Amino acid sequence: MSTARYAIGIDLGTTHCALSFVDITASDGEKVVQQVLPIPQLSGPGAVEPRSLLPSFLYLPHENELAPGDLSLPWTSTQDFAAGEFARTRGAATPIRLVASAKSWLCHPGVDRRAAILPAEAPAEVTRISPLTASIRYLSHLREAWNQAHPEAPFDAQDVTVTIPASFDPAARELTAEATRAAGYSAVTLLEEPQAALYSWIQHSAGQWRKDVKKGDIILVVDVGGGTTDLSLIAVLEQDGQLELHRVAVGDHILLGGDNMDLALAYGVARKLAAQGTQLDPWQTRALAHACRSAKETLLGDATVNAVPVVVPRRGSKLIGGSIRTEVTREELTSSLLDGFFPVVAVADAPISRARGALTQLGLPYAQDAAITRHLGAFLSRQRGATAELEGFAGQADTASFLHPTAVLFNGGVLKSGLLAERVLGLINTWLAAEGAEPAQLLGGTDLDLAVARGAAYYGYVRRGHGVRIRGGTARAHYVAVESAMPAIPGMEPPLQALCIAPFGMEEGTEAAPPEQEFGLVVGEPVRFRFFGSSVRRQDQVGTLLDFWAPDELQELEEIEANLPAEGRRAGEIVPVKLHARVTETGILELEARPTGGTERWKVEFDVRGDSRT
Amino acid sequence: MTRPDPSLLSKLGLACKSFLAILAQPGFAARIEALRDDSAAPVPAAPEPVMPVAPAQAQFREIPSEAAMQLLGLLQRDARFIDFIEEDVAHYADADIGAAARIVHEGCRKVLREHFSIQPLRSESEGSRITLAAGFDAAAVRLTGNVVGQPPFTGSLSHRGWRISEARLPRLAAGHDASIVAQAEVEL
Repeated sequence: MSTARYAIGIDLGTTHCALSFVDITASDGEKVVQQVLPIPQLSGPGAVEPRSLLPSFLYLPHENELAPGDLSLPWTSTQDFAAGEFARTRGAATPIRLVASAKSWLCHPGVDRRAAILPAEAPAEVTRISPLTASIRYLSHLREAWNQAHPEAPFDAQDVTVTIPASFDPAARELTAEATRAAGYSAVTLLEEPQAALYSWIQHSAGQWRKDVKKGDIILVVDVGGGTTDLSLIAVLEQDGQLELHRVAVGDHILLGGDNMDLALAYGVARKLAAQGTQLDPWQTRALAHACRSAKETLLGDATVNAVPVVVPRRGSKLIGGSIRTEVTREELTSSLLDGFFPVVAVADAPISRARGALTQLGLPYAQDAAITRHLGAFLSRQRGATAELEGFAGQADTASFLHPTAVLFNGGVLKSGLLAERVLGLINTWLAAEGAEPAQLLGGTDLDLAVARGAAYYGYVRRGHGVRIRGGTARAHYVAVESAMPAIPGMEPPLQALCIAPFGMEEGTEAAPPEQEFGLVVGEPVRFRFFGSSVRRQDQVGTLLDFWAPDELQELEEIEANLPAEGRRAGEIVPVKLHARVTETGILELEARPTGGTERWKVEFDVRGDSRT
Repeated sequence: MTRPDPSLLSKLGLACKSFLAILAQPGFAARIEALRDDSAAPVPAAPEPVMPVAPAQAQFREIPSEAAMQLLGLLQRDARFIDFIEEDVAHYADADIGAAARIVHEGCRKVLREHFSIQPLRSESEGSRITLAAGFDAAAVRLTGNVVGQPPFTGSLSHRGWRISEARLPRLAAGHDASIVAQAEVEL
C-alpha cells in the first residue's frame, strides 16, 4: 500500500458508478492533483465510448440477439453481457433481461444475496445472476478500465477506497467487501458515502473549510441518489487548536431516490393522457418517462418556466403524425415531486408506515412513505441526543425536540435542482426557527454527481496524513439476543434480552473486549442467534444486558450463525465460547467465537440467505 | 420551364436531403458546387453545351464514409433524424411538424454536445465591424459582397462561424457494420 502512486475512489452507486483518482506523488498538502477516469463502455452494439459515469445496469442478451463482436470491449471479446449505457438503453426495451438496482438487492434482508435471482422478472430460460455477481461485474469493469488507461500503474498496486451507504448494515458491508475481493481487488477500504461527500467538499474548498465551519457546528449531510436516501450528522470539534470532524449519527436505510420521482411524474402525465382518451403502450410509456425526465430538469432548473411540452414519438419509421403531444406543467411538478417527496411537514411528523401484507414480498422493500422530509424529521428527532456527550455541544439537548444542525451539505443528483434543495433547506430552517435556533448555512460548491467518487479518492490521500480525517467508527451498537433464565410459563415465550457485544463508535482496526456471558455451541452443527443494531444507544458497553427497549431503539438485523468445525472434537459436544467483536482495517464488523480458555477462533457469519425471518 | 418556388417547409426538407446527399452520394457534392458557382451568374436562358474542362492537377483525398455513417446512426438513434428527413412533410400541419421537430432538435443537440466540442470561430459579436489583416485564414473566413482591393479588409461580421475543436465518436468493434444506421425492430 505504501508504494501506491494513486489513491483511487470508487462510487459503487445504485444507478451509476464513477471512479476518481488522486495522484499521490504529484499532490502536496491541500494542493491535490485529481481526475475522474473516463470509463469506456458500450454505448450501442459494437460501439465503445468513454463516459465519466458507468450506469449500474447489466443486460443479459439472448444468444441470437446480437452480432458477434457486438459486446466486445477494449479488454475482452468473450464477455456475454453488457454493462453501462448500452445495457441501460437496450434493457429499457427488454426489461426481462435487465439487471438494475443490484445494490438495493445486496442489502435486501429478505432474499439470498448470493443466489441467482436477478433480473427478478426474468423467465426461466434467462440465466440469472446474484446481486453479489452484479456488483462484482461493475467493480471488474472499473478495474479493467483503469488498467487499460494506466498500464504503468496497475490497479492492484494502488490504494483503493469503495463507498457504501452509511446505512448499510454489517452484512451488506461484508458482502460489498466480498464483491471487491471476487473482482480481484487486493485491499480496499470502505467509506460511507455522506462522509465521502463531505471529504469532497473539504478538498474543493482548498483549506477554506476551516473558515466556513467552526467548533460546535453540526453538519447534516443529505444524500438523495438515484435509488437511496442517506443521512448523516457530522460534528465539528476542536482538539489542540485543530478542527476535528466526528460522524456522530447515520440514518436508516431508505430505498427512495430520483428514479422514484421520475416514475411518479411520468405516471401522473400518463394518467392525464388516459383521461383525454390516449392510451400508451409500454414502449410509449418508457418514452414518456424519458421525456418527463428532461421536462423535470428544465422545470427544476428554471423557475420562470411554467410548462414544458412533451412529445412521445411513434415507434415506426414515421415520426410526424402519430406523435402524442402533451405538456408537464409546474403545477404537476409541484404536486407530484415537491409535495409528494418533499412536503412541508412538522419535524415531529413521523413517516407513515402501513402494516405489511401477509404475502412475502419479492420486490425491493421501497420506503413506505415517499416523503423524504418526514424521514429527515424523524432522523433528527431520534438523534436529538447524538452530541450530548461531546465537549462543547452541551446546552441544546434539554430544550430541543430534535438535533439542530448548523450547516447542511447536499449530495446526489436529485438535489442538483435548486428548487428541491431550497425546499429542504427552507424546511430545516423553519424547524430551527420554531425552536429559536439560528438558520443552518448551506455548504456548496461540489459536483453532486461525482462528489462521492472524488471524496473517496481524496480520503485515500488524507489517510496518509495529508489532511483532516472524519472520525466516527461504527454508527451502531450491536447486540445478540439471549433468552432470560426464568421458569417456563406455559403459553408464553421466555422474554428476550439483548446483550451488547460491540459498542457504538468502534474504530477501524480495534477490538472489543468479550462480554462475560458464555454461549454453548454444538460442535458440527450451526447455531444461530438473533442479531440487533441500535443507532441511538451510545452509552452501552460490551456486556450491557437490556431487558427492555423502545421499539425504535433497536432494529433487528440478519441472524448470525456460528458453525464450529468438528476437527479435534466429537460431533455433538457442547463447547462454551465467548463472542468477540472487532472492526477490520477495511471497516467491517467481524464476530468471532473463541472457546473459553482456548486460542482457537471461529468466524461468526452474517446470514445473508434471507430466510431468517420467515 | 421555370418551376414555382417551393414552400418554406419543402425548402427545409430539400436542404436537409441535400446535406445528406452531399455527404453520402459520390459525385453529388461536385454537382452542387457547380450549381452554386452558376447561381452567382444570371440564370441562363437555355442550357449551354458542356465545354470540355482541362483536368485539374490538384490532389484529392478519399474521405472514409464510415464516420459519416456512424454520425448518421447516432443522429437517428437519439434524434430520429433519418425518419424525420425521409418523411414527406408536405401534407402535415405545422403543429405536427413542430412536435416532431422538438424530438429531432433535442436529440441532435444531445449528439452534438456529447460527441463534438464546437466553438465559434470569431469571438466578436455578429454585426460588429472587424478588420482582416493580410494573410488571414481564407479557409476560416469567407468574404462576401464587394470583394475587391487588397487586405486589410474591413467589413461587418455576419456569421461568427463554427469550428469543431474535438470530435469524440464511439470506437467501433472490428466487424461492426456502420452502414446499418437503424436496426429493424421486431417485438416478440
